[in-house]
Amino acid sequence: MEIKILGPGCARCKATSEALEKVIQSRGIQAQLTKVEDMREIVSYGVLSTPGVVIDGKVVHTGSVPTREMIEGWLAAKH
Amino acid sequence: MSTCCPSPTPRPSVGPRPTIWLATTVLGLVAWFAVYWVLEPVSAWAVAQLPIAPESHLEEALAFFFYDTPKVLMLLTLVVFAMGVVRSFFSAENTRRLLSGKREGVGNVAAASLGIVTPFCSCSAVPLFIGFVSAGVPLGVTFSFLIASPMVNEVALGLLFGLVGWKVAVTYLASGLGLAILAGFVIGRFHLDGWLQPWVRDVRMGNAELPDQRLTVVARLRAGLDAVADIVGKVWLWVIAGIAIGALIHGYAPAELLASIMGKDAWWSVPAAVVVGIPMYSNAAGIIPIVEALIGKGAALGTVLAFMMAVIALSLPEMIILRKVLTVKLIAVFIGVVGLGIVTVGYLFNALFVA
Repeated sequence: MEIKILGPGCARCKATSEALEKVIQSRGIQAQLTKVEDMREIVSYGVLSTPGVVIDGKVVHTGSVPTREMIEGWLAAKH
Repeated sequence: MSTCCPSPTPRPSVGPRPTIWLATTVLGLVAWFAVYWVLEPVSAWAVAQLPIAPESHLEEALAFFFYDTPKVLMLLTLVVFAMGVVRSFFSAENTRRLLSGKREGVGNVAAASLGIVTPFCSCSAVPLFIGFVSAGVPLGVTFSFLIASPMVNEVALGLLFGLVGWKVAVTYLASGLGLAILAGFVIGRFHLDGWLQPWVRDVRMGNAELPDQRLTVVARLRAGLDAVADIVGKVWLWVIAGIAIGALIHGYAPAELLASIMGKDAWWSVPAAVVVGIPMYSNAAGIIPIVEALIGKGAALGTVLAFMMAVIALSLPEMIILRKVLTVKLIAVFIGVVGLGIVTVGYLFNALFVA
């Protein structure tokens, strides 16, 4: 699974990436986590409010730090 | 805003049932109004119990502090909660859809209004700007959004309402909205699309199918509570500090001095307040209690509000972020038009509200 976090490196983007990392580790899920900070790439996903989360090329979330329940929901949908 | 990214996190509804949430919300509102109702007599009684000479400077300062602190924090909580619930109905993506294809004029009005209710923070200014422009939202309309969004915010409105009164709060809302509409329209008339950074024009904005974030009533109420925890949690200390300074001014500062510097007769004070306010960067919460005390001591309302608008609507950090998409020339036009607008609003307030 490929997860991308879209955001210009603000505090909430960091919080988002940490939240994702935590869930991935605790679940032992194989996933590659990358941060996308380039504006061109961020807007190419059609995201207007950061942080955004992209899983396997699909935008699943924008505009806020996702909660644990939300992240688990996305990951569960993938399995 | 220095309370950057305050938009609440939408959560799936788990836990108690909707009826419990609704009942708790109604009870909370009733309790709020009950406490608010008795606040003035209770605080007056409390100050009267203190071993201080009545009608002394200290007594006046303490009375101001002990009444205003709970009052302002309560009003702030209510307004932020309401705004959090309202914002859960909007998103930047939906706003873009509503605005694309809108003509100038109508588009400016819509953009400024949506700027108030759409959750947005300055760290998202760049993707938002590009997203709007590439979706065919005219440049001036985009600016109307970007001006209204920070200027007319719930913290400023809630505090003005609580400290200076509803008339001023409503006039602030109307003039902030009017300024965003007009300034955006004027910038649009200049046809400055060539003054964007070159790369912005070539960007291809994706059109991602975003997840449907239809929220339940519980999730919306929760969004309101999250907003309160987030925003009030961040600014309460500022508010108390501001009121403490305000209390000192209230009790001690000589009225004549302030009136001569910031009063209506000093015509130059409005543009001076705007020039001083533009590079400053603060949130409304820290400023408004001081604003109220200044007004009480004879500073003209328009001058003080122009200062406040300049501080929260135009800020150096936001300009640095926008520098990525706008050329310096365009930023200068932006500051110039909005700055002039604020000066006009300042004079207007001074003329409308005769102390």
